[in-house]
Amino acid sequence: MINKDQKLVEDIFNKKTIKKIPIRDGYGKGVVEVGEKDERIVVLCADLMESTRSHWFEEKFPERYIEIGVAEQNLATVAAGLAIYGKIPFISSYAVFSPGRNNEQIRTLISLNNLPVKIIGAHAGVSVGPDGATHQALEDIALMRVQPNMTVVVPADMEEAQKAILASVKKSGPFYLRLAREKTPLFTTKDSPFEIGKANVLYDSDKIEIVIIACGSLVYNALLVAEELSKEKINVAVINNHSIKPMDNKTILKYAQKAGAVVTVEEHQIAGGMGSAVAELLAKEYPVPIEFIGVNDRFGQSGTPDELIEYYGMGVGSIKEAVKKVIKRKSV
Amino acid sequence: MSYIHDDKIKELEIKANEIRQSIIEMLEKAGSGHTAGSLGMADIFTAFYFHILNHDPKNPSWEERDRLILSNGHIIPVRYATMAHAGYFPIEELKTLRKFGSRLQGHPEKEKLPSIETTSGPLGSGLGQAAGIAYGARMDKKQIRVYCLMSDGEQQAGNIWESAMFVGKNKLSNLTAVIDRNNIQINGMTEDVMPIDPLRDKYEAFNWHVIEVDGHNIEEFVNAIEQAKAIYEKPTVIIAHTIPGKGIKEMEFDYHWHGEPPKSEESKRFLNELRTLNGKIKGEHE
Repeated sequence: MINKDQKLVEDIFNKKTIKKIPIRDGYGKGVVEVGEKDERIVVLCADLMESTRSHWFEEKFPERYIEIGVAEQNLATVAAGLAIYGKIPFISSYAVFSPGRNNEQIRTLISLNNLPVKIIGAHAGVSVGPDGATHQALEDIALMRVQPNMTVVVPADMEEAQKAILASVKKSGPFYLRLAREKTPLFTTKDSPFEIGKANVLYDSDKIEIVIIACGSLVYNALLVAEELSKEKINVAVINNHSIKPMDNKTILKYAQKAGAVVTVEEHQIAGGMGSAVAELLAKEYPVPIEFIGVNDRFGQSGTPDELIEYYGMGVGSIKEAVKKVIKRKSV
Repeated sequence: MSYIHDDKIKELEIKANEIRQSIIEMLEKAGSGHTAGSLGMADIFTAFYFHILNHDPKNPSWEERDRLILSNGHIIPVRYATMAHAGYFPIEELKTLRKFGSRLQGHPEKEKLPSIETTSGPLGSGLGQAAGIAYGARMDKKQIRVYCLMSDGEQQAGNIWESAMFVGKNKLSNLTAVIDRNNIQINGMTEDVMPIDPLRDKYEAFNWHVIEVDGHNIEEFVNAIEQAKAIYEKPTVIIAHTIPGKGIKEMEFDYHWHGEPPKSEESKRFLNELRTLNGKIKGEHE
């Protein structure tokens, strides 16, 4: 059942009443909030002010908004310079371009020097929809989590994204935040706990057979699966693993031990993503059967977000199937 | 008119020669590294650290210091040598170049050595960082100057032109770029590998003020820097024509010395050549 301590929205499974808001709005609101408190904060954008939601900051603090144009390498290099000088830059673009196109600049200038540059990768995942494969980042978590000093956070809804932005400036050093384009269910509240490096157990029961470890917009799908399976008397725990680096190893280990089987869920390539991070941990500390929900070594394509999530095997049905499969593997 | 006295020029020329000797010694000891570009930029580095920069070797993190960004990090031996001669750290430490545990990394790392300002080596990213520093300083109305030293080879990198466009748009006149136009890169002559000329026209088209100088003529270079300070509606780039391997006849103009260190035997010969030249300069002015 839903973990009350998480202070999630009432009536979370009511499709008619649950609000749907794009996760990226949380960045837009959050960066204005931190900008009000700290004059060092500047926002840079590579000609995607509106779709990344950086325009809310630009409207409020035009003197601290820096337009870079279609030049993502320069987005990272200028931000590094500003950070060296003493500013706290947020750089925003689509994740395919930043941290995609400018990966080396982020690595050498930002991560190696541990600079406080906050990288906002918008439009991640196939749920970007009609724009097609070119604009659907499916490798950004992998790119970012292999860089020393980098923090990697994938918020599950708008509220969590906003909290992540506030947390990002309290933490020194580089930070990557992954955002999705589409409206997604807003299921956490202002009172829900959020801490970088601390996973949230959203759904739990005394005796669990399986734990679903999810991040991003698919956390809600994982909750739907848990609720549906509870009706079939399968007890599932759901962890919102928003913080991929540093990861909450303690909670993940505890639940892997409790459940003895894991399904990871993310809108990313299976290779190198959040599920890989979980597998690296469990392979070393406590090996259990794992099934991975994510994109399996393919590129995306045009379509509606729902169509694409289904087609690439990340829908509720696919997650359910994976849960049943991994439970069967336990007894082998 | 000149912004530098003859006596000072002589002093700097002698200093540049000493720095060249240090470069030969440290590269020979390191057994790897970039010799030609380091020697070619010795005069300009000497001019910066002993005349142009507002800096304090005893307080390398001084907030009001001018910022010198080296974009083409592979010629870092010349910077390390000049910094040591300027009093940032003991000259003895130059022997640790490229060795395990040294602050003098093969390519410079910001966090290893104070006032090195940026990490560089991967080409094309210095100008954007210099632009970020200059932009931040202007936001805060800080009267510091930012200098960005680049190679000619790295003008082939797209990132440079993204940054050049940004600097031109924002009229960052507190930023002065210097391009080491020595015409060589690893694979050969720049105009054979991938032509970068007409460089002046390119920067002018990106809304920069362009000055061309002889990079071994300290007076000309200092005057160009002063001219750049006076031009406030545009950023300035100084294209400094230099001779790779300058000071050692058999090395000059030979691109094979781009990434080669001198061997022990060569090193003795080269040091002798520099020292003799040093004597000549003294003799001429005595």
